[in-house]
Amino acid sequence: MAMTIHVDIVSAEGHMYSGQGEMVYAPAIMGEIGIAPRHAPLVTQLKPGELRVDPGGGKEQEHFYVSGGMIEVQPFKVTVLADTGVRAADLDEAAAQEAKRRAEDALANQKADIDLAKAQVELAEAVAQLRAIERLRKMR
Amino acid sequence: MAGAKEIRTKIASVKSTQKITSAMEMVAASKMRKAQDRMQATRPYAEKMRQVIGHVALANPEYKHPFMHAREVKRIGFIIVSSDRGLCGGLNNNLFRALVRDIRALRDAGTEVEYCTIGTKALGFFRRVGGKVAAQATHLGDAPHIDDLVGTVKVMLDAYMNGEIDEIRIAYNNFVNTMTQKPTVEQLVPLPPGENAEDLKHHWDYIYEPGAKEVLNGLLTRYIESLVYQSVVENSACEQSARMVAMKSATDNAGELIDELQLVYNKARQAAITQEISEIVGGAAAVSN
Repeated sequence: MAMTIHVDIVSAEGHMYSGQGEMVYAPAIMGEIGIAPRHAPLVTQLKPGELRVDPGGGKEQEHFYVSGGMIEVQPFKVTVLADTGVRAADLDEAAAQEAKRRAEDALANQKADIDLAKAQVELAEAVAQLRAIERLRKMR
Repeated sequence: MAGAKEIRTKIASVKSTQKITSAMEMVAASKMRKAQDRMQATRPYAEKMRQVIGHVALANPEYKHPFMHAREVKRIGFIIVSSDRGLCGGLNNNLFRALVRDIRALRDAGTEVEYCTIGTKALGFFRRVGGKVAAQATHLGDAPHIDDLVGTVKVMLDAYMNGEIDEIRIAYNNFVNTMTQKPTVEQLVPLPPGENAEDLKHHWDYIYEPGAKEVLNGLLTRYIESLVYQSVVENSACEQSARMVAMKSATDNAGELIDELQLVYNKARQAAITQEISEIVGGAAAVSN
């Protein structure tokens, strides 16, 4: 059997996933990273995006959406501390579209500088959610 | 019949108290369920966070965050999480008693303390006891939000950064089950090293992306926030269940009291009737003679 790495995904709202994986793909702040078993210890921040766990053995990949957070990697253990996370299948495309539109509106007619940063973050999150949905759809 | 009337009023008053306590019991029961759900939802995150922080505390990064430096402890800051309202049994008092014992021992050893209180009960208590209350947050409601806590905690963290205090501990009630709440005091900063991490003892370090400073800052902020939030949520679950239990026993006691009073009342009434009869009989006997 192929070597596996233990994956725990928790978000501030609750426990999301726990299990073995052959490979974990995470949206790290410096670009997407792939983590195989025996990876060197690593801590990094996550940006909004899609997180995938390949359980191996020809089983289907698990998809998650995270809105940012931290990931800690030990040689045989990956811990994802997501700020908010959802299983990608539960993502609501209509809601994401709506959020994207709202964020773009806010960016278009910005009044106060305070809103700008918030709107940019919201836009980034909405876009990442939509991308995750699209990815998932293509898989099927 | 004077005694009987007094007893009757007494029974009525106990009954109305019983109504109030049983209503409070039911309210607490339904709030408790929600509070427990909230607590259960945040627990895994806080636990994982503790684990990760335990690992990080054992690592040997080139950048040492101030939270990772243990220094000589001269002054300790306590963050005390309590409830806003009373009538929840010995919940707050048990915590305060445990704390006061700790603090007395620390003071005897020459360590100074200051407090940061969350919830009105802790504020009131530590004002009375005396000592420096550096910051406070009250009236968080049933669904506390992290934003309401950040400011208060920041006062403590700033004091730590400036070297005014050398250690921060957090005191709260740990929810074991509905009947049991355990007063808990935990060290927040400097980071306590993780348990059962024997395999991590050797000299090693993480790869930090983009850099140790940014990553550790982000991680430690989240760590403090999640732990404080977890304590508050946990304490609120404790509060509701303690209140439910306290109110249940109050309702039961009121029931017992009513039973006893009823018995006394019946006896008094019986005695009065007997006396009246004997008076009538005595009177009739006197007339017929």
